[in-house]
Amino acid sequence: MSEYRIQGATGEWEVVIGLEVHAQVTSNAKLFSGASTAFGAEPNAQVSLVDAAMPGMLPVPNRECIRQAVRTGMAIDAQINKWSRFDRKNYFYADLPQGYQISQLYHPLVGEGHLEIQLDDKDPDNTKTIGIERIHVEQDAGKLMHDQHPSMSYVDLNRCGVALMEIVSRPDMRSPAEAGAYVRKLRTILRYVGSCDGNMEEGSMRADVNVSVRKPGEEFGTRTETKNVNSVRFVMQTIEYEANRQVDLIEAGEKVVQETRLFDPDSGTTRSMRSKEDAHDYRYFPDPDLLPLELDDAFLDDCRASLPELPDAKRNRYENALGLSAYNATVLTAEVEMAARFEALLAETAKRLGKPEAEVATQVANWSLSVAPGIINALGAEADLAHNTPAANAAILEMQSAGTISGGQAKEIYEIVLKTGRAPDEIAETEGLKQESDTGAIEEAIDGVLAANQDKVDEYRGGKDKLFGFFVGQTMKAMQGKANPQVVNQLLKDKLG
Amino acid sequence: MAKDANTLTELGVAAIREGVAGGDFSAREVAEAFNANVAAASELNAFIVTTPEKALEAADAVDADRAAGKPLGKMAGVPIGMKDLFATRGVQTTAASHILEGFKPEYESTVSANLWKAGAGMLGKLNLDQFAMGSSNETSHFGNVISPWRRNDGGNAALAPGGSSGGSSAAVAARLAPAATGTDTGGSIRQPAAFTGITGIKPTYGRCSRWGVVAFASSLDQAGPMAQDVRDCAIMLEAMAGFDPKDATSLDMPVPEWEAGLNADMKGKRVGIPREYRMDGMDQDVVKCWEDGIAWIKDAGAEIVEISLPHTKYALPAYYIIAPAEASSNLARYDGVRYGLRDLPDGAGLQDMYAATRAEGFGDEVKRRILIGTYVLSAGFYDAYYTQAQKVRTLISHDFKNAFTECDVILAPTTPTASFPLGDKVDDPLAMYLNDVFSVPASLAGLPAMSVPAGLNGDGLPMGLQLIGNAFDEQGVLNAGLALEQRAGFTAKPDKWW
Repeated sequence: MSEYRIQGATGEWEVVIGLEVHAQVTSNAKLFSGASTAFGAEPNAQVSLVDAAMPGMLPVPNRECIRQAVRTGMAIDAQINKWSRFDRKNYFYADLPQGYQISQLYHPLVGEGHLEIQLDDKDPDNTKTIGIERIHVEQDAGKLMHDQHPSMSYVDLNRCGVALMEIVSRPDMRSPAEAGAYVRKLRTILRYVGSCDGNMEEGSMRADVNVSVRKPGEEFGTRTETKNVNSVRFVMQTIEYEANRQVDLIEAGEKVVQETRLFDPDSGTTRSMRSKEDAHDYRYFPDPDLLPLELDDAFLDDCRASLPELPDAKRNRYENALGLSAYNATVLTAEVEMAARFEALLAETAKRLGKPEAEVATQVANWSLSVAPGIINALGAEADLAHNTPAANAAILEMQSAGTISGGQAKEIYEIVLKTGRAPDEIAETEGLKQESDTGAIEEAIDGVLAANQDKVDEYRGGKDKLFGFFVGQTMKAMQGKANPQVVNQLLKDKLG
Repeated sequence: MAKDANTLTELGVAAIREGVAGGDFSAREVAEAFNANVAAASELNAFIVTTPEKALEAADAVDADRAAGKPLGKMAGVPIGMKDLFATRGVQTTAASHILEGFKPEYESTVSANLWKAGAGMLGKLNLDQFAMGSSNETSHFGNVISPWRRNDGGNAALAPGGSSGGSSAAVAARLAPAATGTDTGGSIRQPAAFTGITGIKPTYGRCSRWGVVAFASSLDQAGPMAQDVRDCAIMLEAMAGFDPKDATSLDMPVPEWEAGLNADMKGKRVGIPREYRMDGMDQDVVKCWEDGIAWIKDAGAEIVEISLPHTKYALPAYYIIAPAEASSNLARYDGVRYGLRDLPDGAGLQDMYAATRAEGFGDEVKRRILIGTYVLSAGFYDAYYTQAQKVRTLISHDFKNAFTECDVILAPTTPTASFPLGDKVDDPLAMYLNDVFSVPASLAGLPAMSVPAGLNGDGLPMGLQLIGNAFDEQGVLNAGLALEQRAGFTAKPDKWW
């Protein structure tokens, strides 16, 4: 990939990007209370006494949230700190009942790690490593609703106290595309690990985007931080807008102000929220309601043992052990559900055929990536995906592999499966969607064709090889198109000598 | 046989429990007698809210259980006062503040729930220094508590009952309750106990759950009993203490049987006398009291050893950084948004509402500590104050750790002076804070510490002796306290003037 540069009046500018991604931890209960975390409940239906900061209420850490953050840290190959601590970040706001957010400033749970992004879909070897400085665990805030009353704001505390992981990257990215790839890769890993559902629309993942510009090779410039950007596309737009805005400012002789900004999705621009001068003094200090978090080896072992095969490892295995193409391996592993479906189908197919997975992997991959999605898309609403089971798919692949059905018949059967949920074998039988592989019947047809065309047989034997296609065509016609072409070819060759 | 009400209110926890269990009198008679004393003592202003019906209800339940032959709890039939820092379901819980005036929680603190489960009943919610910040009970929104004690000079100057558990100390000393709960952050059980001639123990940090106790300084706050004597404290502490999964700092240890373990024989025990607690210009009555204590404990068989707690002089400044720092954050939740006072001036925005509510809802001492706390946590000052104070705290813990290699329990005065007239120190916060000079080190180290009444000073006012034990060794503290109690023979009571 060519280097991303902003062309300014004074020459080329390089963009420097760091991301702080807030990922909501998948857990049934909040970080320090037993209240539910389910999305979409009635306002204030999921608020415990602790969340509402009633007098004398105390936080108790939810072990599951800690476990999820540790597993995430392990998935990015990070240092796991066996001793960490929660700090209070103090500020007043109506969505923050305690008057402080419990977070981790001084001693985060997860230290230095990294992940690898691919810079080009078609070229898996074109990668870049992005450093991750830390992951810490903290409470989410509630939500203000300004549209419920003409002069008052309402507060919904359902989200208040839900566990977040703040995943802080190094300023290692140099283009909107790299930042986009980073967010996508992070999302993939979180979803593999199961520590965050990665649902950006529901706010389960949002990014604070730090952007600065510099002349290539020079020191870092002053950065701005654009808060709460909630899609990959918006992250990329933010960077593009901010980088150009900063270049324009500097080239006009002005200075970039270190400040917090907001992204406006409608205009694709950012605007100032507050500058460093009126930034809060958060008065961080260790939360005296909580003891330091100490993790033992048994807990860490359990976290590690519960990690699934991660996307990079899986892609390598698909390429090297299953013999898939680099492209197929990349696409199949990009989403954890996709990989899971592929593996279930692969296992089922291999079992039915009594063959090692590596031998059927390419067939299953092609089916999964091009044949099946094509039919599902074409059917649209007619397809009932509940019928799209590994067993049904494998049954079709098995018949195809055994030569009982042709590729075309496989597609027809799959269509019927998706529409009706009927069994593939039964469809093949009932609908006559089978090809003949019985050598006896085919031989009989061939004998008939050869007898009726003795002249052509003589010409063929005389050296007119092109006539082979004619015999195939005649045989298939005699078989009403249901003969296995490979068997027909083989028998014809044998008989014609 | 029913006893006369005046006799009943002289009884302590153990005597009431045994009398009720043995059928000498009913729990209801006891509750009625104390309810009457409470109702007649409004001049002391010890209670913010009285709940005679709760006391009777609990008493009736105990009487019914006894009649049915059911087993009775550790505190069966004992009506008590509840410091108004403990959340009590359906009963106003204010921390003696305006900002929580009228607040009735829908939950019950773990400690009070434990006491009710043990058969105790509630006489009412006791006055205190606002948010437990104070040493004289002069910072309550609901007015000063007046000590039942008066000087023997014939004057009638109103004296401080100590603080912050001043309602608790006054109530027990005036026999409005046989016992009361207290909380101790830097001495708030021990100092008022010493000022009023009663006994109070702050257990090891974590023994009593903080769940449902309005927080002052989370790393220091600890509940404990205040009662007439050591045995009563042991009984009540057993009922209050216990592991609570709702408090992350709660000790996950079984509660020892402290009452059964009481033993005043100090043979083989070494009692440490900390050199650094002998201060220049110390009150001579207090010095004398301490010397008496040393003689008594020696008489009980203990060996006296001089010990050193070298960082003692830094304890008070460290405490007055750490406690306000935590308080400034703990009290941020009182913002007028969800409960308690809301002051919303016309056209006010959110920030205006915060400012108006908090200006109106907090008293001067609370504001002072919020300001101090906010200051010491501010960027640029954090390391110089908070970090430094935490280092001092660690050093003080080490001091005690070292000392407990040489002794089993430490004996010192509870306070540098006896009680003082209300108003004497309100304009001099530093002089007020000095009240805590002997009590704060044990708080910073999270150690169990107790005050036992040991004598009267020249003005006829009580003085207390403090026993500080190693972590988890409440038994050692109680036993040494019992040895002192038996020899001090403290029977003085305030003359009833209210």
